[in-house]
Amino acid sequence: MKDKKDTRVVVGMSGGVDSSVAALLLKQQGYDVVGIFMKNWDDTDENGVCTATEDFDDVVRVCNQLEIPYYAVNFEKQYWDKVFTYFLDEYKAGRTPNPDVMCNKEIKFKAFLDHALSLGADFLATGHYAQVREVDGEYQMLRGVDDNKDQTYFLNQLSQSVLSKVMFPLGHLPKKEVRRIAAEHDLATAHKKDSTGICFIGERNFKEFLSEYLPAQPGKMKTLNGVEKGRHEGLMYYTIGQRQGLGIGGSGDPWFVVGKNLEENILYVEQGFHNHRLYSDGLIATDLNWINEERLNGSMECTAKFRYRQQDSKVTVSPLGDDKVRVEFHEAQRAITPGQAVVFYDGDVCLGGGTIDEVIKDEKYLDYVG
Amino acid sequence: MEPIYLDHAATTPVHPEVTKAMLPVLQEVFGNPSSVHHFGRKARQVIDEARRVIAGSIHANEKEIVFTSGGTEADNLAVVGTALANQKRGMHVITTQIEHHATLHASEYLEKLGFEITYLPVGPEGKVSVDELESALREDTILVSIMAVNNETGMIQPIKEIGGVLKDHPAYFHSDAVQAYGLLDINVDEWNVDMLTASSHKINGPKAGGFLYMREGTQVAALQYGGEQERKRRPGTENVSGIKGFQRAVELAVEKRAERRQEYGVFKQIFLQKLKQENVRFIINGIETETVPAIVNISFPGTNVEALLTNFDLSGVAASSGSACTAGSIEPSHVLSAMFGKGDDRTTNSIRFSFGLANTKENAEEAAERVASIVKRLAQ
Repeated sequence: MKDKKDTRVVVGMSGGVDSSVAALLLKQQGYDVVGIFMKNWDDTDENGVCTATEDFDDVVRVCNQLEIPYYAVNFEKQYWDKVFTYFLDEYKAGRTPNPDVMCNKEIKFKAFLDHALSLGADFLATGHYAQVREVDGEYQMLRGVDDNKDQTYFLNQLSQSVLSKVMFPLGHLPKKEVRRIAAEHDLATAHKKDSTGICFIGERNFKEFLSEYLPAQPGKMKTLNGVEKGRHEGLMYYTIGQRQGLGIGGSGDPWFVVGKNLEENILYVEQGFHNHRLYSDGLIATDLNWINEERLNGSMECTAKFRYRQQDSKVTVSPLGDDKVRVEFHEAQRAITPGQAVVFYDGDVCLGGGTIDEVIKDEKYLDYVG
Repeated sequence: MEPIYLDHAATTPVHPEVTKAMLPVLQEVFGNPSSVHHFGRKARQVIDEARRVIAGSIHANEKEIVFTSGGTEADNLAVVGTALANQKRGMHVITTQIEHHATLHASEYLEKLGFEITYLPVGPEGKVSVDELESALREDTILVSIMAVNNETGMIQPIKEIGGVLKDHPAYFHSDAVQAYGLLDINVDEWNVDMLTASSHKINGPKAGGFLYMREGTQVAALQYGGEQERKRRPGTENVSGIKGFQRAVELAVEKRAERRQEYGVFKQIFLQKLKQENVRFIINGIETETVPAIVNISFPGTNVEALLTNFDLSGVAASSGSACTAGSIEPSHVLSAMFGKGDDRTTNSIRFSFGLANTKENAEEAAERVASIVKRLAQ
């Protein structure tokens, strides 16, 4: 093991408080720290100013406080090809994609990692809330200790070779502590608001953004029994389990999206949060990644998350070929959504995950969820 | 590792003689040059002396020198100021695709005001064609603005020939000579320019100083509003100590011009020689024999600018490429895009190295070694 002062760690800095504190902690530990800002999206206005400017300025201020060098790198083309194209394709297919998972897989921990290595880095660090542990030469990824911030859900596609080069300096800290450290050191980003939403959309209106890239096709809203309940603005604007924006009046329980019919451009709605049409007992997942890189032989019991920040649920996972599994829920689950990630855990260890492809109920695919 | 500075076209270290000349002014001459008392006169004296020296350096009359806050302001004043003051004669302006952004963005502003701008193209050698200029000239052309030396490639432009063509045309001729000043012998009459821009910090003077030479009779609208300074062409209290430093930098540049040309050329040759010895694959952008000795722009096939510049800096070599966007990432150079076409590899794998006061033969060679090992690693 090299001396820390001879160990170069490139920190992916977004201009937020998390990556700022990640850099600070590594610097305090004595590493040779280099801060790099990634620019993945071009939203330059007619004056040549982009919204990334303020974030980069914050990176500059923090790096100057820490006395570490800082640079920027542009992955707009890679991001467009690998993440945004996938994002649009999934919406076209009536699904609800997770661009953060794809961004981590293809950009942050691939293109960006390669860039860091080309700069002579020994490690790439980010401000993610997750932990890496080496056990007998094998790398494990553990949840961040802050339950509410744990980001392993988004990191489920990382491989052994990636984890061997990655550091998550915040994984053992609660978010409150990260804010406290930032304030204690008077970092420029100490009181900056956390970013929300998908990075390239930012604070903009999601519908408006999507309509710039995909033509919206309004159509009918119906119950699964065929009763018309009004019009929808385009299937891509709705996700399974959604309540907002349906505009169905009348008495009784509120209405929810329960499915889509892409061919006939119909949005299916039903009444009541716990409507049985929203519940399922299993799913098929594809694009499987097992972090220990071992193939699944036979069924396995573990826990799973089907969305970010959800409580774990008990499941049984069975292999269906190399890249595909069937997941059976021990208790029925509400609003399982194709396109989202399913991520598996054994206690605090994240085992890996995949993309939800089909939803199952009573041994049948629920074709209405799209 | 001692960092080595190869970015003199961006800015230069202040010469110790310049600092020495400025200090007493900073310490003692605090008066406002416009004031009608002893303190003001002292300051006015400093500026007037500098104006004489600087005018002499380009064979101009001292009344024709307008001090500005630097090259950008001088370019803006030349382009926007003359266009606004002469729009009754015509609304057509000619410039080139390889100008500094100070000229290009000023031209774009004029377009918004309704002016028509012709941006002359360049070929792969990065040189403006006199013929193209001639055919672009129109009756309503009121201004031609063409740089003397390109800041990215170091290519010397045919200013004298263009000046010759414009002798028989009423359009004003402005040349941004920021990268030429100090290295080329400039004579505003021989070049037949009406306006010329120079900057202090590119020739080892302090930052935030520059001048616009304006031939007597040139009509210009001031872009600032205020006092009567610089004959109303540039209101605002003068940067007295900065102007003093600029003067000293000009004196040194004139006195050592031949010496510097020779010396910087040697640094460049040592640098290129070493890269060849190390078997680095590279192509020089432009025609080396037609560049100023201080600048070379090199394409390294199989690499990209961001990885190169970051690696160079981490290994202690300071160079540059194109311009950084507001979010820090490097935009493909508009100059190289004009030369090779948008999307050509050379627009994203080329680096400008520029030599000067901070260099020695030894550090030029050492820098080449560092560059060579990085390029060989990245180009694999």
